[in-house]
Amino acid sequence: MKTFTYRTATDVAAGLEPGATFLAGGTNLVDLMKLGVATPDVLVDVTRLGLDEVTERPEGGLRIGAGVRNSDLAAHPLVRRDYPVLSQALLAGASGQLRNMATTGGNLLQRTRCRYFMDATKPCNKHAPGTGCPAREGDHRNLAILGGSEHCIATHPSDMAVALVALEAVVNTSQRAIPVSDLYRLPGDDPSRDTILEHGELITSVDLPVVPARSTYRKVRDRASYAFAVASVAAVAQVADGTVTDIRLALGAVAHKPWRALTAEQALRGRPATRENFLAAADAELAAAKPLRDNAFKVPLVRNLIASVLEGLTS
Amino acid sequence: MNLVVNGAEHELDVDPRTTLLDALREHIGLTGAKKGCDHGQCGACTVLLDGRRVNSCLILAITQQDARITTIEGLDHPVQREFQAHDGFQCGYCTPGQICSAVGMLDEVDKGWPSAVTEDGEDLLSEAEVRERMSGNLCRCGAYANMVPAIREAAAQ
Repeated sequence: MKTFTYRTATDVAAGLEPGATFLAGGTNLVDLMKLGVATPDVLVDVTRLGLDEVTERPEGGLRIGAGVRNSDLAAHPLVRRDYPVLSQALLAGASGQLRNMATTGGNLLQRTRCRYFMDATKPCNKHAPGTGCPAREGDHRNLAILGGSEHCIATHPSDMAVALVALEAVVNTSQRAIPVSDLYRLPGDDPSRDTILEHGELITSVDLPVVPARSTYRKVRDRASYAFAVASVAAVAQVADGTVTDIRLALGAVAHKPWRALTAEQALRGRPATRENFLAAADAELAAAKPLRDNAFKVPLVRNLIASVLEGLTS
Repeated sequence: MNLVVNGAEHELDVDPRTTLLDALREHIGLTGAKKGCDHGQCGACTVLLDGRRVNSCLILAITQQDARITTIEGLDHPVQREFQAHDGFQCGYCTPGQICSAVGMLDEVDKGWPSAVTEDGEDLLSEAEVRERMSGNLCRCGAYANMVPAIREAAAQ
């Protein structure tokens, strides 16, 4: 690991000097530092800023402090009662030990990645733009089918963020409020940045709006537990008299960011809640998919997953 | 910096790069917590940090000023006796992490925390629950079949 200096943050708005990085639970950053993929000169520990509470907002909904641990958030009675999709997504991610350290802000800001990004000896446009992307010809079985570019097809690994996108959560930073779906970037011709945050901009909390609808999360993975998603779906839906009145869908492990399935939502709003319509909506969303040699299986997988999740949620 | 490990205070002069695992093993001499993958994937380094189970390999020691750490050397818990009674190990390398993880996990169950397989009103320590809740600890010998009843038996005490 490259050497660095360490200090604790005392002020949310103090920002960062060049070369410095915020440290929260460390479950992703410390790993990246061990691998030589992240090489900060200064680590600024934000875990003593007191951003560790879940509170009810006066206008309804919840405010989740950026420092709230994933395990505490998943077990929070109001999250379990009003936002089952979020509790389920958190519990589907990582392990008990990791969830005890990982924070809300840190989970959002874990790196969008693939095996080549995690290997500092490999060319990677995320390490250094212009060095190339071995994943296109190499191992891309679990990489992006939507929103990728010739420069990067890595996927954002968070389960929590997929749920937050479906819930239309808002991320509050030291500088502004950002809808969580706008927090993330597609790779385009500069995959080196995962989010739109400026250097030194600190996530302080996440706001959940009131969601008067049912919600759920389902994750498909290669082993039963403690593995990244091959694909996942977060769904929030309301049905009246057999008709979809409200629907929000987000997909995980299919893109450089948690993927809001707006096309599918549009195809379903106001339509009868039938398996046929769910599959047609999934097809409309996946029409833009650009699978590669070894990840084309994700297209029918996601199609069936969307239909199955929506059938369960609306029945 | 100061670390409180198994109730004893230790003053350490560590490089900021030192993980909690290396501080325990190399600086304090407590070699119970094991270095398996060193990337948070195997659970062999699991210790209790202020009572909660964590991967000590992914924590920088310097961030844990005055934290209370419990390692396998500081535990006296039914899970240890039941691992012996049920033969819940083979080579033993993952065992300290398995036991610390199980102790932390049972505390989570006492608090009513759900897992990914929890169904409303069902037993939080069914075999499926124990397997899910312990999925952050790998055992290359595959001694899971005996660990699960050991943990369930310890929970009943």
